[in-house]
Amino acid sequence: MIDIQLKNEALSVEECSELVASNATGGTVLFIGTVRNQTQGKKVLRLDFEAYEPMAISEMRKIAVEAKARWNAEKIAIHHRLGSLQIQEIAVIIAVATPHRKAAFEACQFCIDTLKETVPIWKKEIFEDGEVWVAAHP
Amino acid sequence: MKIQILAFGIAKDIIKGQRAEIELSEGNDIHALKNKLCEQFPDFKKLRSFSIAVNADYQTDQYILNENDEVVIIPPVSGG
Repeated sequence: MIDIQLKNEALSVEECSELVASNATGGTVLFIGTVRNQTQGKKVLRLDFEAYEPMAISEMRKIAVEAKARWNAEKIAIHHRLGSLQIQEIAVIIAVATPHRKAAFEACQFCIDTLKETVPIWKKEIFEDGEVWVAAHP
Repeated sequence: MKIQILAFGIAKDIIKGQRAEIELSEGNDIHALKNKLCEQFPDFKKLRSFSIAVNADYQTDQYILNENDEVVIIPPVSGG
């Protein structure tokens, strides 16, 4: 089972946890990415996320398909938030359930690391004195 | 031929809008499109990198573009 979602409203940890629940799995790992209040010592007011939605969905699905095959994962949910997020709000949840725990940790790490490299989602940091598209410049 | 392109993230700021039309020669590839973009909008050269997606998939510089392709500029991604 793979469940991929882009959402404009708050993400639910409980929903993701329930989505991957199964009698056949012994370990579930959840990664929860939240909005931090500063970047390199500079106060962040909020983050604005946008995506090229059809491709973001298909790239997240590719990641889940690969993780499922490589780590024999039973169920994977990847939910990513869009729009304007306040400090501490959840930007992404990745839930992976596998028969044994080691694979769940590894598969979950693979999913978030790859998501950050390939999925067409962008965030803009809003500061008191300006705004910056994250990672755009060297 | 005229290629309609769609931009996200910082690419939108660079082309000053979400859409632009780029004039290319028949048989031109993504490499040619990237050169043209850098020529018309020099700020693309300041980016860490940028990719081009065609019909919602990443494509290499050798991909030959067609007039009805959905062409999207993908500046460095920063999800998560």
